[in-house]
Parts: sequence; C-alpha cells; structure tokens
Amino acid sequence: MIPEIGHFALILALLVSLAQAPVLFIGARTGDEAFASFGRRCAYVLFALVALAFASLAYSYIVSDFSVINVFENSHSQKPLIYKFTGTWGNHEGSMLLWVLILSVFGAALARQGKAIPLELHALTLAVQGLIAAAFLAFILFTSNPFGRLFPVPADGQGLNPLLQDIGLAIHPPFLYLGYVGFSIPFSFAVAALIRGRADSVWARLARPWALAAWTFLTIGITLGAWWAYYELGWGGWWAWDPVENASFMPWLAGTALIHSLRVVERRDALKGWAVLLAITVFSLSLVGTFLVRSGILTSVHAFAVDPTRGVFILMILLAAIGGSLSLYAARAGSLTATGAFAPVSRETALIINNIFLCVACATVFFGTFYPLFIAVLTGKTISVGAPYFNTVFVPIASLTMFLAAAGTLLPWKRGDIVDAARRLAPAAGAALAAAIIVGVFAAKAKIIGAGMIALVVWLAAGTLTDFTGRIKLFRAPLKDSLARARGLPRAAHGATIAHLGLALFAFGAAGISIWKNERILMMTPGESVAFAGYDVTLKSVQNGRGPNYEAERAVYEARKNGARFELVGERRFYPIRAMQTTEAAISPRATGDLYISFGENTGGGWPVRLHFFPLVGCLWWGAAVTALGGALAMSDRGRKPAKAKRTAIAATSRAEAAPA
Amino acid sequence: MKNVLVLAPLAVFAAIAGAFAVGLTRDPSAIPSALIDRPLPEFDLPPIQGFQQGLASADLKGEVSLLNVFGSWCVSCHIEHPVLMQLAASGAVPIRGLNWKDKPGDGAAWLARLGNPYDRIGDDPEGRVIFDLGVTGAPETFVIDKEGRVRYKHTGPITPEVWEKTLRPLIEELRKA
Repeated sequence: MIPEIGHFALILALLVSLAQAPVLFIGARTGDEAFASFGRRCAYVLFALVALAFASLAYSYIVSDFSVINVFENSHSQKPLIYKFTGTWGNHEGSMLLWVLILSVFGAALARQGKAIPLELHALTLAVQGLIAAAFLAFILFTSNPFGRLFPVPADGQGLNPLLQDIGLAIHPPFLYLGYVGFSIPFSFAVAALIRGRADSVWARLARPWALAAWTFLTIGITLGAWWAYYELGWGGWWAWDPVENASFMPWLAGTALIHSLRVVERRDALKGWAVLLAITVFSLSLVGTFLVRSGILTSVHAFAVDPTRGVFILMILLAAIGGSLSLYAARAGSLTATGAFAPVSRETALIINNIFLCVACATVFFGTFYPLFIAVLTGKTISVGAPYFNTVFVPIASLTMFLAAAGTLLPWKRGDIVDAARRLAPAAGAALAAAIIVGVFAAKAKIIGAGMIALVVWLAAGTLTDFTGRIKLFRAPLKDSLARARGLPRAAHGATIAHLGLALFAFGAAGISIWKNERILMMTPGESVAFAGYDVTLKSVQNGRGPNYEAERAVYEARKNGARFELVGERRFYPIRAMQTTEAAISPRATGDLYISFGENTGGGWPVRLHFFPLVGCLWWGAAVTALGGALAMSDRGRKPAKAKRTAIAATSRAEAAPA
Repeated sequence: MKNVLVLAPLAVFAAIAGAFAVGLTRDPSAIPSALIDRPLPEFDLPPIQGFQQGLASADLKGEVSLLNVFGSWCVSCHIEHPVLMQLAASGAVPIRGLNWKDKPGDGAAWLARLGNPYDRIGDDPEGRVIFDLGVTGAPETFVIDKEGRVRYKHTGPITPEVWEKTLRPLIEELRKA
C-alpha cells in the first residue's frame, strides 16, 4: 500500500510539474498575478508530492519491505538501521528520486522568494524549474520506477554492497546532488534573462546566493567523496581522476568561475552575456555528470547503472536543456549589453582572467575525460587517459590560477594601480621566497617541486591576508577602528577571504600528501616492532571479532614517539551476505599528519602490514571545509541593495511593465 | 562577427552531443571487433614484485583460461575479488592476472591482504599490453580459448550472475571444442 501511495504521488507530481511551466509562462507574459501565484503553489505542491514519494520509498527500506523490487535488490534485513535508510539512495532509482526531491526543495524555496523578485523574472525562472522537474519525473516514471513490486515476496534482500555501508559514502551523494541540482536555479535565472532579453545587477544579486549555495554543497560533496576514498580504500588515495570524479569536478570549476563573474555583473553591470553562458554551462556539466554515471557511455568504476535505454532518455533531456538554452543564447545574447566600463588594470580584468583560467582548467578536465570517447567515435580505437595527463596539464593551470588569486583581490573595481598592488604584495612575495628556501634546504625529498608548491601556498595565504588587513587598516588604525571596519565589510568580502585561505590550506595538504608521503610494507607478527617515520610501531595483537553483519579480524598497534604512546585499531571485515571483504585502516591523526596502517591476510609467517605516513593530510579536509565555510558566508550576503525608494520603484515598474496595457 | 561568436557554444555542444549519441550506440562491454577470435597480441611481461612467474602470451595457450585486468587502486576490483577467489578455490577455471598501473609492491601487497586468485601475473605498470588489448578500465576480463585466441571480453566486475549466465556456459562450450 505504502509503495503505491509513493508511486501515485510521483505520477501526480509529474502532472503538477507539467502544469507549472505553461501557467507561469502565461503569468510572465501577461503579468497576471493570479497565474503567477498558481505557479508558485504548483512548486509547493510538487515538493509535497515528491517528498511523499521519497518518504514512501524510505519507509519501505526502513521496514525492509522486500515485496518492493528495489528494496529486495539493494537492502537486507540484517543491515544496521542507518544504512537501511541511506540505502534508499544507494541505487539508481532511489538516487534519481533524491535528485528530484532536492530539485523540488530548491523549487519551493525559489517560489517563497517571490515577493522580492520582479514578477516576470520570477515567473520565468520558476517555469524553467518546472520544465526540468517534468523531464526528470518522466525519466523516473518511464525508465527507473523505484516502486515496482515482486511476487512471491522473497524471504530476505540481496544485501547492499558493504563498501556502501559507510557513513562517508552515505552522505556523499546527497551533498553532490545538492550541488548539481542547486545549479539548476542559476540556470533557470539565465534562461529567464535570455527570454526577457535583460540581465542586470538585480538579476545577478538574485542568482548569486543560489550559485554560492550550490557551489558550497558541491565543495562539501566532492570532499566527502575524497575523504571516503582516503580512509576506506586502504592505501590513502583521495583523488584518482576517475571519470565520475571528474564529472563532479567540472561543474565545480565552472561554478567557481560563475560565482566570480556574477560578482562583476552585480557590481559593475558588465560581463552579462558571459555570466549567462557560464550559468548554462555549469548546469549542463551537472547534467552531463548525471549522464556520465548512468549511461555507460564511459566505462567507469563507479557506474552502478549501465543501461542504454536510460542513456537515450537522458541524452534527450540533455539535448532539450542544453541545446535549447544555447539556441536561446545564440538568438538573444546580443541584447545583453554592458553599461559598466573598466580599465585594463582593475578587479574586473582580474576576475576575467580568473574566469579564463578556470574555464581552461575545466576544459582540460573535460578533454581528458572524454578524449577516449571521441577517439573511439572517430577511429574505433579504445584508449585510456590517466592521472599523468591530468597532473601534467591541470596542476600548472591550477597553480597559475592560485597565483593570480592573491593579486586579484587587491585591485579595486574599475581602475587599479599595478605598481601599488605590487608594492603591497612585496611582503607576501618575501614570505613565499623564505618558505621556498626553508623547504629547499630542509625537505627530505622533492626539494624543488616542494619548494614551489609551498611558496605558492604561502603566497596565496599572505596575499589574501594582505588584502584583508589592508581593508581593515590593521595596525595602521587603532585596533577598535580595525574591528569596526571588519564588521563593516560586506559578508561577501569575508567569504572571499576565508575561501581563499581555505584554498591555500587545501593546497598545503595536497602538497603534503602527494609530495612527502612515506610508505613501508613488511611482514609482522604480534609483539614485533618497527621504526617508521619517527615512530616505533608495534603490532600488539590480531584477534577475531564480530560486527552487526560482518566478521572481522582486528589488529591493535601501538605507536611511540618521544615518550608519547598511543594505540591504533584497524580491521579487515568480511561480509558473508555478499562474500566481500573491506578494510578499515587504522588512522591516527597527529600534529604533522596521519599515521595510517592497513594489514592483509596471514598467509603463514605473519601479517603483511602496510605503514603510511601522510603529512599534512588534515589540512586537505580542513582546507576544503574552510573553503565551503567561505562560500556559505558569501551566500548569506544579500548583496548591495539599491536605495530603498529606488528598489520599490524598480519592483513597481517591472510589475507595471508586465501588466497588460 | 558577433553573431558567429554567439553560435559557437551551440556548435561545440552539437559536436559533443553527436559524439555522445554515437558513443551510446557502442556496447561498452563489447570488445573492439578487431580482437575477437584473433590471437592475443604477443607479449612477455615480468612478474610483479615478490613473485617468481611473469606472464607471456604463450602462457595462455593449451587450456581455456581467464585473463583478468586488475589494480590495487581500482574499487571495482575489490568488489570482484571475492568472486575470483571462489572461482580459484573451486578450480573452475585458471585465472591469469594483468596488474595494471600499480607502483612496485602495491599489487603484491593488495594480494597479500585479500588473497591471490591468480596462478600467473604479469606486471604492466605503463599499460603497454593493456593498450594493445584495448582495455578501457579495470576490472576487465578476457576469455581465452585453447589456441590462445580472445573469445570474449567482459567489462566491469565479474559477479556470480555474470559467471553463471555468461562466462561458465562459454567456457564449457570452448572446452568441448
């Protein structure tokens, strides 16, 4: 009964979404408030219906209703409750339902904003949202229905991949989807701007918080995926340039360009056509990301639904969404003319260069990801592109982008003074040089590349702080004045400072783990000790244990350094239901990095033990978290509002303009 | 000039969409037709660190066998691994391994940790043989007949279902031939 309610709710949701778009288009055309408010209610009802459908599926998972095929195939009665619930989206059908649920949440939130937005813009944006919802609801109902039944009812389910029974992996997709789907709103704003033939600073101010929200969620989602790979795979890998990882990274790169360019539109009324094109590109890449995982178009280790029928359907959605919006762009972009002029040396120019670099970086990832496909289509040959390509091509562009990020924030809008900026950056350059020399002298290995990376990190952090302390006149005005100035700065400025510092911290961690990691493999028996990376590590015991749905071999290690001692526990788990093994590495975060130990099967003569030391790895996660925090802070900035009287006038005129004559 | 520029994004997308559409018609698990029923490309790979025997194309003649591409870095290989262990333990079919893109010692450590289902393993850190075989990703498994010809390629992890429905019937048929 419950699954049928969910299925029915989903069908109703499709009908509501089909009504939402045309009603709002009429509302936008005629300026009739009745149509617009009907459209807004559609968005609320859509959310309620999709939430009901999702709750039905989640309920079926929680009570282990194996008469539902999807539950039978992906769950098991012996699974811990939390993973029964997270299993709802640990499969193709459920994850698509989550996608649409998030879309409907964003749609309802946008509908609530109605009062603050000119009617025509709001109605058009919400109409585009309705079209996207309709496309994906149809996709679910026609190709990926999660509510199919099974008779006779099986006694138990087919379990869930134990690799997926992990909290990191369970919350990774929702965040990724919040990012992917969140970018649908800037996309809808962009399409609305093209239909109206107008994008202005009000438009950018409205679209920017949504873009920042999506970007922040995507940052968190990507980081969670990397973190999961780090602790679960047993060898500390965190990024492998796998197609699916790239699929989430491309919208992030283009999205980073978008949040910077929207700032230019908002403040200076320039770059409009470019910002619109970026908003379309980011969501297109999000759709391609969805497409990539599910169509089997590229073979990837992550693909859990390889099905060409679905691929054809998604390709049609892509053609309609991307092809349609780009055609609209080709027809209308000419009408988006800039009014703000700026000098060659200015914040605007710096942000344009930032955008170019980020887009080139995104293009190199795109090229590397799809090159095998293009070659296969053109020549029939099959090739693979691996990490060496990405490291050689991507890392220099990313480094250059970070190098310029420190300088860009120092340039004022409209017209800057390059000599003044260079003079202010001199201390940062000095700090970077000093750091490079220290690394060059003292580093145990990789002196040159290490010195370069650390200098870049110090340069970015110091340059960012130079900008911030300059703005609040720290040490040049009384401390009280500086604090008052800091409070007076817009949150977007604080957000930018924090995000850039987070990026520096992240790069510091990335340099540490990729340049100075330490590793040793040896056979050990309990009681045996080994000196490794400054620690004395003893394998104390290996014992058998039992978890809720697995058997485990548990190793206890003791590490000593300078009189301090601590224990680490690692496990090898065997899940009988799927006859699978997983590794829980023993990880101990220390001040300078992670001591990371995994062990293998005893084949006589002891256990193969693999010791790692990953320096600075904590900076990787904290850096990403700080970057996301910067995004969240910038998002909470409502932007520079036009003077109150003026705003009312704008709202009044746009409503009046839209009203029938 | 400006009019041409605004059309550029659409043109780029059209080209990409075209490639997607063609790509979709390819069965990702199908082998490039050039290799099917043809002898394996000649190769002679060294053993991985800590092992005595390497793998040469000559080793794949005389009996029906599986040639499995794996790497310690590959998540799906973890998923596939217990199935290979069961096949090896039951003696269903000899399995030869191709260790791809692993650093020295990584493959051996991985096998030491999870068990070794392979009776011979070749080390291919740069992917030279992988390239000749047209491998798109790991894991990938080739069914090799008695004459050392490639008869089938499976992309992605071998599940019990894949084994029962596809590989086992094929292997039994090839043994009769």
